[in-house]
Amino acid sequence: MRLRFFLRRLVMLIATLLVSSLVIFSALYIAPGNPIATLSGGRSLPPESVKILEARYHLNEPFLAQYGLWLRNALHGDFGISITLRENVSTLIVSRVGTTAALVLYASVLILVIGIGLGLLSGLKHGPADTSVLVLTAVSAAIPAFVAAIVLMLLFAVKLGWFPTLGNGQGVLGTIRYLTLPAFALAISSLAIVARVTRAAVREEFRREHVQTAISRGIPYRQMVFRHVLRNAAIPITTISGITVASLIAVAAVVERAFGLNGLGAYLVAAAASKDFAVVQGISLVLVTAFVFVNVLVDVLYAALDPRVSLGARAQ
Amino acid sequence: MRQVRTAPVGGARPSTAGALLELEDLVVELPVEGEDRRVLSDISLRIRAGEAVGLVGESGSGKSMTARAIDRLLPDGARVGGSIRFDGRDVMAMSGADLRRFRGEVAMIFQDPRAHTNPVRRIGDFMTEALRTNARVPGRDAEQRAIELLGAVGIPDGRRRLAQYPHELSGGLLQRVMIAAALLTQPRLLLADEPTTAVDVTTQAEVMAILDELRRELGLAMLFITHDLELAAAVCDRTIVMYAGQVVEVRSSALLHTDPLHPYTAALAAARPDIASTADRLRAIPGRPLSAFEAPPDECAFAPRCPHVRDVCREARPPLIDLDGGSSRCVRAEELRGTLGVTGG
Amino acid sequence: MSTVPVEHAPEPPADVAVATVHRGPWAFVRATGAAGMASALVIVVATFVAVVGPVLAPEDPSFAQLSYSYVGPIGGHPLGFDGQGRDVLSRLLVGARTSMLGPMAVVIICVGVGTLLAVSAAWRRGAYDAVVSSGLDILFAFPGILLAILAATVFGAGLVAASLALAVAYTPYVARVLRGAALRERSQQYVAALEVQGASAFSICVRHLIPNMLPLIVAQATILFGYAMVDLAAISFLGLGVQPPRPDWGVMVSENQSGVVQGYPLAALAAGVCIVVVVVAFNILGERLYEQAQAERR
Repeated sequence: MRLRFFLRRLVMLIATLLVSSLVIFSALYIAPGNPIATLSGGRSLPPESVKILEARYHLNEPFLAQYGLWLRNALHGDFGISITLRENVSTLIVSRVGTTAALVLYASVLILVIGIGLGLLSGLKHGPADTSVLVLTAVSAAIPAFVAAIVLMLLFAVKLGWFPTLGNGQGVLGTIRYLTLPAFALAISSLAIVARVTRAAVREEFRREHVQTAISRGIPYRQMVFRHVLRNAAIPITTISGITVASLIAVAAVVERAFGLNGLGAYLVAAAASKDFAVVQGISLVLVTAFVFVNVLVDVLYAALDPRVSLGARAQ
Repeated sequence: MRQVRTAPVGGARPSTAGALLELEDLVVELPVEGEDRRVLSDISLRIRAGEAVGLVGESGSGKSMTARAIDRLLPDGARVGGSIRFDGRDVMAMSGADLRRFRGEVAMIFQDPRAHTNPVRRIGDFMTEALRTNARVPGRDAEQRAIELLGAVGIPDGRRRLAQYPHELSGGLLQRVMIAAALLTQPRLLLADEPTTAVDVTTQAEVMAILDELRRELGLAMLFITHDLELAAAVCDRTIVMYAGQVVEVRSSALLHTDPLHPYTAALAAARPDIASTADRLRAIPGRPLSAFEAPPDECAFAPRCPHVRDVCREARPPLIDLDGGSSRCVRAEELRGTLGVTGG
Repeated sequence: MSTVPVEHAPEPPADVAVATVHRGPWAFVRATGAAGMASALVIVVATFVAVVGPVLAPEDPSFAQLSYSYVGPIGGHPLGFDGQGRDVLSRLLVGARTSMLGPMAVVIICVGVGTLLAVSAAWRRGAYDAVVSSGLDILFAFPGILLAILAATVFGAGLVAASLALAVAYTPYVARVLRGAALRERSQQYVAALEVQGASAFSICVRHLIPNMLPLIVAQATILFGYAMVDLAAISFLGLGVQPPRPDWGVMVSENQSGVVQGYPLAALAAGVCIVVVVVAFNILGERLYEQAQAERR
């Protein structure tokens, strides 16, 4: 039963990847004007360059064949050439993926540790701790990453000088130092959401009748909380954590831009502004794949945690 | 839970030596929307070892709440007055290891087995949890005992069932598992809170049969809670009838139909449709059942709906008086004696 | 369509299926409590400013005096000047228009299309529903910002492209939620009763199903507005949405970011605070409305 659920989800996610890649690929054709004009970004090119582009992008072949070729190249790591920088897109991606990955990882850790931690604290205890967490998260959940970036920059970089404002660091410690403010900016609103959902899940589980059964049998409080409340609440907590971490992948672009980090996201935005199609397509594909991968991970965890999973959807 | 000491109402009780469970003038109030609402008023009852007592009432009568009070399962903020004694020990004052031991001696079977089992844990885990934690029985032994008890409740392939999850079992099967689980700690008292309400009629009969048989075999005392007067009378030696959070009648089951001591009991019995006779309308009790907090404190709670009401019923809340081996909270009980019974048709 | 306030509506007898009970919108909002009402007030104010902003602005938002760059609050300019020497307050008031308009368009499209898909799928069931549901599952939670960046690459930067992209990205999520609700409504007894009476599918859906789902739809739309606002502001911040020099809160944050580093944070912060306050209001109201919708379902 669980295996079937997982396989079906896997198929769906592969379908998502294919459809997304198709959308990304067709962007070239949806753009107004002919593909050559789009690829050249409106610049006029000498005829030899046009021929090279036609050959490289197989522009004279049927649409699906082009898609297939593009996809096959992508799977081999060949995303074409950046018009503006005249380098292999894949090289450009590789040099920047580390920063983005580190940023997303750092932010994820913050979200999971602080978000779930706060949620547990306010879910298990009642009183002032709970109220303050509720108020805090209500406001934080609404702070977009770029606003958080500004505020954090102001407080901790400009006023207090604890952290640098812009740029990347060298080495492990340097990177952590440079990435701290960006990671927090990225994590703040997601953290609040995870905390709220965790709190709600814990409270909900406490109200369930099977907890009454455990109490009526004299199971000690601590054990009851771990084995019946938290274990069950882990299901919705995992789901929301997965969703928020997956969403980080896209929002990272905003934070990278604000802090001047040389990550994939910042590069994507720059390429979009200069209409460098190959780059945009390449990075988009990488990001979507990462996104899908995180979702697969969440589904695995979910299937492991909940024996009731039915085909298709995660149980509400 | 906070304790409220109130003076016992009504006459002195005879000596209660030998009672396994004894409730005396139990009062329970729950905080609802800021104010305290009374749910149980002056509940007094006695269960001896090995005795099966039925607790019957409609929704809101307080029967479930009584069981929860006994098992210390009342919600936070509940105010409790009166006393609950188990084997002479004060249940309300228990804590820690004492309370855990008490919980091992008193087992509760709940109404909806599916809601009361943790869906992400296996049956085996569910059943043996208490044994492994409190009695420190090694896992293997606990499982062995569980398999034996599953056999006793009519589930033969116990080992396979232990590895399954609750959602893989039907409601009736799950309820049997719950009964087996309850018996695992070798309790002396069973609190069965409407164990057959959530299952279909055929399964109901099976579950009742198993419960009854095992109880007798193991010599357990049982408080059987239900809204079905007939069911209680069939399984229990004595039946207690509750209305508006009060005990209104205590009677031996055999005499409940032929010689009830309270108009409410008679009305309940009469309201049940008889398959053997025909009638133009169902005999319902006019009005609707009251909860404890809705019952005025200075008159008989059943007065507005009672066909035998007189002025004297509205002068004060009637006390519970002993009569012919039973009890009744009807001021006119002596008078009405013998006229309340449901004779054929 | 007359509405009967729920306090005066007679209690329907228990055995009669209730088709549609309309409750006045004012009572509905009032039931959301103090926080909900305060949020509603903030939203009304923001909408008002969005509509009449240009009239309220004391100065011309595009009038720039570079010598006043990042000058703090002085007489007549309570929020000071931005990097280009323009009055911050005026720019905020005028910028409310694009900041509120974009999300509005997103929400209208999403909820419109989403309701259509959800109700039709829930009604027809069978192959149609399977296809629609699978389609929705596949596109589910595709990051909106990514799609917007792609759209900006294809169509050029701008509010329209970004809004459409977000609408496309959010619709699967909305449709999924509404489909669940539509399925629940559809299985209610009154629907079967109406079908037996010969009412057409269209009329049942439009006159009963959707109105009964309305509390949930409104709650969902409100929450969605908050998300759309955050995402659109982010896209404008990236330079791929509303283009400078048009005043827009997201654009203002990005334009004046250099001021923060130099020690003049007011311009950027003011815009940021506006965004947060309005989004918080939508979040709180949306959550309360959602709870209301759940409670009413029972």
